[in-house]
Amino acid sequence: MSAAAPSRRLLRLPDVRLRSAARLWQRNATIYRRTYKMNLLPNFFEPFLYLLAMGLGLGAYLSQVQGIRYIDFIAPGLVATAAMFGTSYDVTFNAFVKLRFGKVYDAVMSTPLTPEDIALGELLWGTTRAFIYGVVFLIIATFFGVVHSWLALLSPLAIALIGMMFSVLGLAFTAVVPLIDYFTYYWTLFITPMFLFSGIFFPLDRLPEWVQTVAWFIPLHQAVNLMRSLVLYGDLGAAAASAAWILVLTAALAVLPLNLLRRRLIR
Amino acid sequence: MLDSAPMSTVPGAPVVTARGLVKRYGTFEAVRGIDLEVPAGRCFGFLGPNGAGKTTTMRMIATSSPPTKGELTVLGMPVERGREIRARMGVVPQENNLDEEITVIQNLVVYARYFDIPPSVSRPRGEELLGFVALGEKRDRMPEELSGGMKRRLLIARALISDPQVLVLDEPTTGLDPQARHLVWEKLRELKRRGVTLLLTTHYMEEASQLCDRLVIMHEGRILVEGSPRELVSREVPPQVVEALEPTPEARAQLAALEGIADHVEDLSDRVLLYGTDGEALLSKVRAIVADPSAVWLRGAGLEDVFLSLTGRRLIE
Repeated sequence: MSAAAPSRRLLRLPDVRLRSAARLWQRNATIYRRTYKMNLLPNFFEPFLYLLAMGLGLGAYLSQVQGIRYIDFIAPGLVATAAMFGTSYDVTFNAFVKLRFGKVYDAVMSTPLTPEDIALGELLWGTTRAFIYGVVFLIIATFFGVVHSWLALLSPLAIALIGMMFSVLGLAFTAVVPLIDYFTYYWTLFITPMFLFSGIFFPLDRLPEWVQTVAWFIPLHQAVNLMRSLVLYGDLGAAAASAAWILVLTAALAVLPLNLLRRRLIR
Repeated sequence: MLDSAPMSTVPGAPVVTARGLVKRYGTFEAVRGIDLEVPAGRCFGFLGPNGAGKTTTMRMIATSSPPTKGELTVLGMPVERGREIRARMGVVPQENNLDEEITVIQNLVVYARYFDIPPSVSRPRGEELLGFVALGEKRDRMPEELSGGMKRRLLIARALISDPQVLVLDEPTTGLDPQARHLVWEKLRELKRRGVTLLLTTHYMEEASQLCDRLVIMHEGRILVEGSPRELVSREVPPQVVEALEPTPEARAQLAALEGIADHVEDLSDRVLLYGTDGEALLSKVRAIVADPSAVWLRGAGLEDVFLSLTGRRLIE
């Protein structure tokens, strides 16, 4: 009975309502608004520092990559990374604190909201944060002259999609880990390696073939390709392929954090 | 809104009905088949020591824990319809789970939104509720600035923001000092007068006899007895008790031998209790055995005596 209880099944149809999920999103927004000036400022500084150090500093030595200015090469990937970091911290550490220490979700559970509503609300909020981080980065980067295609106008959509994907991955992890210490694994074994090996700082095309095959499966690599196709190459076909990859993965896994959080909260 | 009588599904219909309710965690059976009927507009108490199954029962009623077996309806709906039930229920948790990052009034407004109540409604209602729980001046403070008693009152105000028909309270005064406890009791009695059904768990006899119209005593996942506090005391135990505090081993043996003269003798670690109808007669017998007159006294029987006679254990251990 206990193991197969219907409320604990992973592939159960989630009991979710968009309006209820939006209530949790609003709760997070209320708290963010109290401190947004403080929160948003580093969002502007960080890309500035990155582009300055990597793009102009390192770029002075590596003047060209594949015949492209180094700063132009790295900027789109950094936008994707900003989106990834924008949500990842929130759906891992922040969500875990709400789950375990602040008991915020326990309080929400005594209102009409379900655990799935809470999970979707967090995913939407994570996506919102990714959107803010990514778009701000892109705006700053624009002043460094890195935008080379009108397709860049599609970037906000792409950034939101990337944000949703990393929200789903992070929250699914959060819903299963027993201790906050486990997030070190998520960051050092998943986020950081992706950051270094997704082709942001160097192209993967001169590496052995198998590396490129592996890279195809890396979420951030697809996100980097998507942003680069829009901002740098103006290649709609390549952008669509990466966007489709991200969409399929996100849709396939979206039910996971919803039902995992139900499993965590309903006992 | 506090003055309006809350609407009820069917007048006089029970708010909670349980039949053969069971909750298992793995092989551990926390609730072992209980039957319940909670009437509307009253205060109904779950009394018992830690681990008796009262919090688990409340969690099932509050639809946050699905029953393993049995039937459970709340407000006329099966517990599977959790969303609808929770929309008409207020929950005061045992542990503080206020949003620590926003002010007192924002806590109410944000919580109200979960019930689809817009700020234009929840703000004035929240102000009124803060007045009701005597926190009007703390409106713009952060939760961490409040004392334990204030936080508990804020949790009560938060639970009332959706104007619920039923208020579920898990140990509402555990950890509060006597003054704070009395203030909470006063507010709960006022709510009851306004027609809100109260369900509470407690391990304080005084709280149960002060507040509850009906109660069940639970022990090891089962309901031992049900009734009003007065009914239970008059039904389950003799009216008078003589207590002898820390008697010597010889005195203890002699007191035990009074069984027969007393209706019942309860030998506890720190004291011996002798139950009977004629308390004065019993008192003089005990005084003849125990030398120290200040260690012996006569009192009326209470709920704790009911619990003791049913389980052989004291309620607060």
